[in-house]
Amino acid sequence: MPDIQSPLPGTFYHAPSPESEPFKKAGDAVAPEDTIGLIEVMKTFIEVKAEVSGTFDGFVAGNAEPVQAGDVLARVT
Amino acid sequence: MAIRKLLVANRGEIAVRIIRAAQSLGIRTVQAHSEADADMLAVRMADEAVCVGPAPAAQSYLSIPAILAAAEDTGADAIHPGYGFLSENAGFARAVAEAGLVFVGPEAETIERMGDKAEARATAIAAGVPVVPGSAGRVEDAATALAAAQEVGFPVLIKAAAGGGGRGIRIAHDADELAQLAPQARSEAQAAFGDGGLYIEKLIVNPRHIEVQVLGDGTQAVHCYERECSLQRRRQKVWEEAGAFGLDAQTREALCESAADLARSVGYRGAGTVEYLYDDASGAFYFIEMNTRIQVEHPVTEMVTGIDLVAEMIRIAGGEPLSLTQDQIAVDGHAIEVRINAEDPLRQFMPFPGKLTTMRLPEGEGIRFDHFLYEGYQIPPFYDSLLGKLIVHAPTRDAAIDKMAHALEALELGGLRTTIPLHNALAADAALRAGRVHTQWLEPWLEAGNLTAAAEEA
Repeated sequence: MPDIQSPLPGTFYHAPSPESEPFKKAGDAVAPEDTIGLIEVMKTFIEVKAEVSGTFDGFVAGNAEPVQAGDVLARVT
Repeated sequence: MAIRKLLVANRGEIAVRIIRAAQSLGIRTVQAHSEADADMLAVRMADEAVCVGPAPAAQSYLSIPAILAAAEDTGADAIHPGYGFLSENAGFARAVAEAGLVFVGPEAETIERMGDKAEARATAIAAGVPVVPGSAGRVEDAATALAAAQEVGFPVLIKAAAGGGGRGIRIAHDADELAQLAPQARSEAQAAFGDGGLYIEKLIVNPRHIEVQVLGDGTQAVHCYERECSLQRRRQKVWEEAGAFGLDAQTREALCESAADLARSVGYRGAGTVEYLYDDASGAFYFIEMNTRIQVEHPVTEMVTGIDLVAEMIRIAGGEPLSLTQDQIAVDGHAIEVRINAEDPLRQFMPFPGKLTTMRLPEGEGIRFDHFLYEGYQIPPFYDSLLGKLIVHAPTRDAAIDKMAHALEALELGGLRTTIPLHNALAADAALRAGRVHTQWLEPWLEAGNLTAAAEEA
């Protein structure tokens, strides 16, 4: 079960904006170039790419929660 | 009321700067900090520290109730907001005053008035300060639009009267283009804002950004001359100078006097900055806005005038009159500041919130480094990327650029990626040295690969 890890420390977001749907829901297909979330670091938003393919299992890190580099953000099966 | 105990409601290098100024005045300091900033330098330097909430700024540095409670709990009698965060929030300034505390800055009404674009423009016009020429209000038909454009002179910007954020803006170089673009702009504005009203404004091609530092005590106001801040990336200033290059004495005097006139006309209290666009082609300058706070780049003005602007604004907030008259303020030499950010300029300026392993700072006369770093410090990822500001002062602009190049060589921040390589390349650039730069210069310079080429040579 591949884990998607945070490339940077920052604040993790599940959706592109507070009003939007999350990038992925459990059961969604995932391609390597798909964006699965955003990391806000120093007032800049960086897209987190899946870098693996499979089926989205769910987020591990909470929405709008602080994360460290290397923390597991989500799982793909 | 003389200030005895000052709460610093900010973080990073400006918090350190405010504490130093307060200490020089014999004022006790309380540093407000978020949970993520408990180990920052300003917390170590202040007499006391108080946690105001979790890491996200909205719940800490931007929380008016949390900041007011911190002041009350620690017995502070004044609050310095620094820059950013709550510094230009009129509601905060009012809440501080209503709590019986001193806000280190202008009256809430002044912040409100200068924060509203239309009102600020009207205030500038009333004070005799030139503004970017434009139509007198909305233009409702093609004939009025053309008349307004001919009055201010082509090229012109066509703006939606109800718009904002640059949406729907078009540039017309002549009457034909205006006739073609105005109807498009009108229907787009109608669709986007439900209001097809347009506004015509003169386009200043490749303007420079020049700003004037002012100080006021509510009655008197003086200027501390101008700064050149034309080197910008994504509207963020990168490299700043005092004074502006290539201005003749008459233009400099008119520019600086107009800023002091504006400050006086609103009974300005504290430190403020009046920003202008400067048209190199015509030598004309136009008011754009006034910032009612201390600015990041204030040290270049301090270096050439010898005035401690932060101490001065604290003194004024404590009820003292201005300590200087205009004829006591003079410029000596030239100063340059560069912003050292935790960003990798060779990777699209990607933020790099690392851990500082080793630090070596340049030393010498006329060199200053305003920062909040110490060895072993982990840069938190939650706030902006400014690590520090390297400032140099020399008799001439050429000597200041040379001094900056040497100071940058001596500055080492181990374990981090920073914007130092960008400044090395800028300090070596012939166009910048010749003063052939403007606000639209740096981004194309970066896109053309100048930074990458300089880094490969190094």
